[in-house]
Amino acid sequence: MGYTAHFRVWRGDANGGGLVDYEVEVNPGEVVLDVIHRIQAEQAGDLAVRWNCKAGKCGSCSMEINGYPRLACMTRMSIYRQDEIINVTPMRTFPVIKDLVTDVSFNFEKLLSIPAFAPPPGLQPGEYRMQQEDVERSQEFRKCIECFLCQDVCHVIRDHEENKKQFAGPRMFIRLAELDMHPLDVADREIAAQEDFGLGFCNITKCCTEVCPEGIKITDNAIIPMKERVVDRKYDPLPFWRRRRRVEERATPQ
Amino acid sequence: MGQPTITRHSSDVLIIGAGGAGLRAAIAAREAGKTVTIVCKSLFGKAHTVMAEGGMAAAMGNVNPHDNWQVHFRDTMRGGKFMSHPRMAELHAKESPMRVWELETYGALFDRTPEGKISQRNFGGHEYPRLAHVGDRTGLELIRTLQQKVTSLQQDDKKATGDAESGIKVFAETTMIRLLMRDGRVGGAFGYQRATGDFFSFTAAAVIIATGGLGKTFKVTSNSWESTGDGLALALRAGATAINMEFVQFHPTGMMWPPSVRGVLVTESVRGDGGVLRNSEGKRFMFNYVPEVFRDQYATTEEEGDRWYTDPDNNKRPPELLPRDEVARAINAEVKAGRGSPHGGVFLDIGSRRSEEFIRRRLPSMYHQFKQLADVDITKEPMEVGPTGHYAMGGLEVDPDTQATNIPGMFCAGEASGGLHGSNRLGGNSLSDLAVFGKRAGDAAVAFVDEHGHQTPKFSDDELQAYAHEALEPFRHAGESGYENAYDIHRALQEMMFSLVGIIRTEDEMREALAELDKLDERAKKLKAEGPIAFNPGWHLCFDVENMLLLGRCIANAALLRQESRGGHTRNDFPTMDPEWRRTLLECSLDGGTVKVARIPGPKVAPELMALFDRHELEKYFTTEEIDEAEAANRAGGATAATGEGA
Ligand SMILES: Cc1cc2nc3c(=O)[nH]c(=O)nc-3n(C[C@H](O)[C@H](O)[C@H](O)COP(=O)(O)OP(=O)(O)OC[C@H]3O[C@@H](n4cnc5c(N)ncnc54)[C@H](O)[C@@H]3O)c2cc1C
Ligand code: SF4
Ligand code: SF4
Ligand code: FES
Repeated sequence: MGYTAHFRVWRGDANGGGLVDYEVEVNPGEVVLDVIHRIQAEQAGDLAVRWNCKAGKCGSCSMEINGYPRLACMTRMSIYRQDEIINVTPMRTFPVIKDLVTDVSFNFEKLLSIPAFAPPPGLQPGEYRMQQEDVERSQEFRKCIECFLCQDVCHVIRDHEENKKQFAGPRMFIRLAELDMHPLDVADREIAAQEDFGLGFCNITKCCTEVCPEGIKITDNAIIPMKERVVDRKYDPLPFWRRRRRVEERATPQ
Repeated sequence: MGQPTITRHSSDVLIIGAGGAGLRAAIAAREAGKTVTIVCKSLFGKAHTVMAEGGMAAAMGNVNPHDNWQVHFRDTMRGGKFMSHPRMAELHAKESPMRVWELETYGALFDRTPEGKISQRNFGGHEYPRLAHVGDRTGLELIRTLQQKVTSLQQDDKKATGDAESGIKVFAETTMIRLLMRDGRVGGAFGYQRATGDFFSFTAAAVIIATGGLGKTFKVTSNSWESTGDGLALALRAGATAINMEFVQFHPTGMMWPPSVRGVLVTESVRGDGGVLRNSEGKRFMFNYVPEVFRDQYATTEEEGDRWYTDPDNNKRPPELLPRDEVARAINAEVKAGRGSPHGGVFLDIGSRRSEEFIRRRLPSMYHQFKQLADVDITKEPMEVGPTGHYAMGGLEVDPDTQATNIPGMFCAGEASGGLHGSNRLGGNSLSDLAVFGKRAGDAAVAFVDEHGHQTPKFSDDELQAYAHEALEPFRHAGESGYENAYDIHRALQEMMFSLVGIIRTEDEMREALAELDKLDERAKKLKAEGPIAFNPGWHLCFDVENMLLLGRCIANAALLRQESRGGHTRNDFPTMDPEWRRTLLECSLDGGTVKVARIPGPKVAPELMALFDRHELEKYFTTEEIDEAEAANRAGGATAATGEGA
């Protein structure tokens, strides 16, 4: 049955703020976002929180719950003890705008800096042929809902504002890996990953993989293989040309 | 409060909405060399489109080579109970394959067939496997692909001008609250930025409304918070007209339990991939609910239905795959008859029919959704499902070729527009709608700018300041007694709409709903907002609530007038379909603040399109004169389209 939970929500803006206590009703089956909405509707109409789908599909409701980066709409209240105090704070890696809402524009700027998919010249719409097994690797990365929880947790930028310039972060690494593994992409991306996006800063702690709500194996399937290939390539630039030839052969429609 | 600052921005084309329709329009306009502004309420890439699951319908014929545009056209018309705008349905069926293929050139990665083509899946109302998909996250793929294409156009602009935002500038989390009008023509929009509460005006020679649906008007809904029908309400206030507002799609399968997820969608692909509906007695009840008009197309035994999945050419499809309105009504009836599940729905069972491996590969997000939110393992247990408010077939009345509204310079695409889906939308036909008509709206806006761009109206500081002053009204009543917060009114509206103007309607209920709306309107005159203006959801909701009140009234008024049952409009007191009503559209407009509903003649179905159906089927929907007239025209013109073969 329902019970009263004790929430501590960070309230404030860029000029500062602090945790505010709320006693709030919780019903069976609810998630943290439901409880925040109830606080909003009944006790604090101006409490700022981002959300959209309430089904783990849009990646809007990222925040830190008891210090752990999570989607509030997919965090069941039942994982907490009823007498536990629940701390809800904004993502720490990004500047706060208000309450639980942060300025995530850093991520959009980095996304803008990744060269787009480069289709094979001459291949017309409708002529693309790719095998399921070849698209699956990139499809794993395209599951990303851009919640930026991986970016939030990554220690390279979490408390190191100064690294943000040179380090794009795990979300961008999987985007690079996705394009790199796209069966038809013809751009060369590996050296770029190392040099422009700061892959070298990553020391494979795997925290990003742990928090990813989509279960994307960011480190094992994207970062490590990319690191390995970058090392190979530094010594042997040939594989790129081999790969490219393979792409052109595949792209030819039957 | 001192005078608020108002930032001005202008471009050739303003697009309100960054869902599939808005983004596709933006790409079209930018590729034609126009400067484009996109505004949206959420962060970029998070619009409601992201939630779409099952797929995008396009007659590519990759899985069944018999598929072609004529078959898709027929299915769309049947799904919409022949109220779909025939010209839109034709363009949609013809152009959607190219719009899907184009996405691959932007980097989309759809699931593949063994030959390496785009795989296509079965869906309700589609004769052949037709939906391009990526597992059950097709909307994410669509929106991400379009977002990435916009980004790549910005990269091109950066190379050319040094400024990535010189061609397309996105204002995320910026909500439009009114259209800027001059002499009957639109010249931009006015609104606020959520983060700061600062005001913005966006002037443009052409404006495209791509603001999506209005699901949040109903208590139980699959829609995201953005779906408050803003664009429709803004356009109505500016003098536009809306049609088909009485047709609201209730998706048959929303989650029922726990209460906090009630309404969250369970994709139709569960049924397309073999899931069946059962009542509390374990019976596949859909066999009892195949309506006369669909008798010839659906299986009559479980065995035949089951064979269809592997041998569709020699068997008929199971009735679980009837169009959504039929399935939603059937579930409603079973529950009313006392054969429902413990939480008031019915059972959707795939676990006993398909292997765990199959389910987890084909329906990964459904698997997780139930596991995480309801503690149900769908590979082993049935799901509890029931109808949920899902899609507005109604929307702004547009020209079928250009998506132009009746207001010069104003275009509309996507769920915000009306016509294509008639009285009921087929699953998968929305994502293709977004791409086909998003592009068309973009192209038409470009043509409009080329022709009339130099006449863009100007708006004075005083005018804009007056709008800002009005928008700040709720803050002037903070703490005042007799004033209410928007949350309470929203909740009351949602409950009222779901119980009175929901799946099953009667005249008395519509009158009651209108009386309730009068009361809510009175309450909404006294809205207050507390706290600072920066990122203040309580203030934001004030605008949304006013929009939903207006649309609720359009829906209830139109539902009162339409005395028949068709698609997403079921009247208990008029339970059958009436061919006379098929020819009549209900057109909503605002006259001095009051909602007016006019009966107008619907578009005629061109004789060559009529010839795609046999007379026996047409007789279920059309009057005899209409059919005779079309046949005579075809005889005179020697139409040959009736074979259904071709491109
Ligand atoms: C759960 C679910 C699953 C679905 N699955 C499918 C499917 O498998 N296949 C299919 O074809 N269809 C599906 N649909 C339907 C389909 O997703 C929607 O109809 C479609 O995405 C609507 O797209 P749109 O571009 O018209 O608008 P939306 O994607 O709703 O975007 C609207 C945009 O307008 C912006 N906006 C709104 N108001 C304002 C304002 N006042 N100021 C500024 N910006 C504003 C919003 O921020 C947003 O960016 C599904 C729907 C749901 C809910
Ligand atoms: S594995 Fe690398 S990218 Fe991921 S959190 Fe650790 S340091 Fe950051
Ligand atoms: S990779 Fe995972 S954690 Fe990172 S943004 Fe994408 S979905 Fe979120
Ligand atoms: S609200 Fe969309 S992921 Fe939580």
